[in-house]
Amino acid sequence: MAAGIRSPHTLLDIKGLRTQFGSGRNPVNAVQGIDLQIGAGEILGLVGESGSGKSVLALSILRLIQSPGRIIGGSILFDGKDVLAMSNRELSGWRGRDIGIIFQQPQSCLNPVRRIGWQVAEPLRQQEKLSRKAAWDKAVTLLRSVGIPAPEEKALAYPHQLSGGQAQRVMIAVALALRPRLLIADEPTTALDVTIQAQILELLRDSCRDFGTSLMLVTHDLGVVARLADRVAVMYAGRIVEEGPVAPMLTAPSHPYARGLLDAAPRLGQMGGLRLRDIPGSIPDLSQPMPGCAFAPRCELRANLGLSACLGELPPFIPISEHHAARCWALPQADGIYSTPMTMGTRA
Amino acid sequence: MAQYVVRRLLLLVPVVIGILLITFLMKALIPTDAVTAMYQGQLSEKEAAQAIATLRAKYHLDLPWYQQFFIYVGDLMQGDFGESIRLRKPVIDEIGYRYVNTILLTALSLVIALVLGLTTGILAAARRNTWLDVTATTVGLFGISMPAFFFGLLLILVFSVWLRILPVVPHGWMAIILPAFALGIIEAAPLSQVARSNMIDVMRRDYILAARARGQSEMALIFRHALPNALIVVLTVVGLQIGNLLGGAFIVETIFSWHGIGELAVNAIQWRDFALTQAIILISAATYLIINLVADIMYAWLDPRVELVS
Repeated sequence: MAAGIRSPHTLLDIKGLRTQFGSGRNPVNAVQGIDLQIGAGEILGLVGESGSGKSVLALSILRLIQSPGRIIGGSILFDGKDVLAMSNRELSGWRGRDIGIIFQQPQSCLNPVRRIGWQVAEPLRQQEKLSRKAAWDKAVTLLRSVGIPAPEEKALAYPHQLSGGQAQRVMIAVALALRPRLLIADEPTTALDVTIQAQILELLRDSCRDFGTSLMLVTHDLGVVARLADRVAVMYAGRIVEEGPVAPMLTAPSHPYARGLLDAAPRLGQMGGLRLRDIPGSIPDLSQPMPGCAFAPRCELRANLGLSACLGELPPFIPISEHHAARCWALPQADGIYSTPMTMGTRA
Repeated sequence: MAQYVVRRLLLLVPVVIGILLITFLMKALIPTDAVTAMYQGQLSEKEAAQAIATLRAKYHLDLPWYQQFFIYVGDLMQGDFGESIRLRKPVIDEIGYRYVNTILLTALSLVIALVLGLTTGILAAARRNTWLDVTATTVGLFGISMPAFFFGLLLILVFSVWLRILPVVPHGWMAIILPAFALGIIEAAPLSQVARSNMIDVMRRDYILAARARGQSEMALIFRHALPNALIVVLTVVGLQIGNLLGGAFIVETIFSWHGIGELAVNAIQWRDFALTQAIILISAATYLIINLVADIMYAWLDPRVELVS
């Protein structure tokens, strides 16, 4: 069990969630037993490289996994309600109103033949039962609140007339139209210009704060996490390998993979001679059985320490501090050995 | 939008001139001119020569071709499409009511094709890979492979000969039922397939996933979100199909003795009635142009990404 920060109210409580793609002899286990909690008003950063299963996890939470994918185990409780037991009708009522999601490609997430205002007003008309006029006015107000200039005119525009940054603002307005209690943002700034990214992140943070909405920020970009998150979970090969408050996670992560991610991220003020380090190897084939730690084959620490348990048995979450834990067999080792800083760059 | 329509209309001008030239030049393709053909071998040499000379003058056949062309266009402008040699009356009198009949038939079959094609296409896409989808696709394949005239004969066999619901040679409004269904059902098949494949394609798009994530019901996803997008492509097919329907009407009208322009065309060619044939070609081409124009305008109206002003 991960040692999540126990906020007074746990909004989302995921236990042992497993999502699989394909059938037959070798299905792909994209999410394999995830435990995760998000508290009310909290911002959680979910970090991992491409293919680590973070987007699948995000879609699983909303029950948006399409065939041939399916959730094969675990539980998702949203404010105590069992999401996996919801009927299609209950799901429709729950999505949008209680939980929202925005995706990486905002332009392709807007219906190309509908006006922007129509798309923002749709949940207000369908779910809030507002009149056409009232919904449109509220849509314009929402567009203004997410920083769309001249919202009255922009409401009449079509998606192809927006820039990427504007489109993502619109997506945020649509997702927050019904003031959901949890917003999942799946790589919300990855497809945007660097200059726009910071603005969108600030908008996300401020909007969520204003509405009291919890935010699950899915990203591969540690800079994004550093800017926004209260807490960080690192995902690798369908599992969470480390979870903790943002400060220790970004300065002194414990899991070798989390360290590798940090070393691979470019930072200002880095000493001139140090080059960026990549993590050798690649993500394992998720259709093959993995009895041990999925990162073991790429792990330099395991090689250095000569640990044998890593390949044979899945490590449990080992507490590092009160709210911080990692799945690594190397952690119980003497501090002295482990804290040999890997960042010193012994690889010339 | 108005600007776009005007621009599209202006683009039609060269096309219209081209059509006029071709129908006019059809005369030149006939080895002898119409007047000589009329009197050859029917009168004595001298009488014929005189009659031919008179008529050649009457029909301006002695003038250079470009002057003849201007006279031809000038007559058309005044609604003078010439006189039918066989029917001994102005072409326009015969074409008028038959044109209305053909438009009626085409419009009714189009409605049948749209209702049938869209319903089965959308249903098949929504219930993909179920028995419903497989049935619709299989029946559709028959529809695509079968020409309308053959299907028309089948309809006569089933409804007039076996079931005796309709007379073999019906009169009045009943006469339109079988030809309209023959054309409509056959054209529904490709429409259904295009609607199905486009709906399936659109339902996979990100904006459908995003709308589903906002709690929109499957019904809302299909009708409010996916259909307007899928219709854009369907419309293009419909535009082409109206051409098919007009062409198909030529044969189907003859089979069902529906007094439309198609039946007239078949007769006019058999009669070697040149003025009549020429007028039918002209009016068919004009109809085709108008349909294309309407399809283009509707396309721009359905798809906001089409640039209205260049």
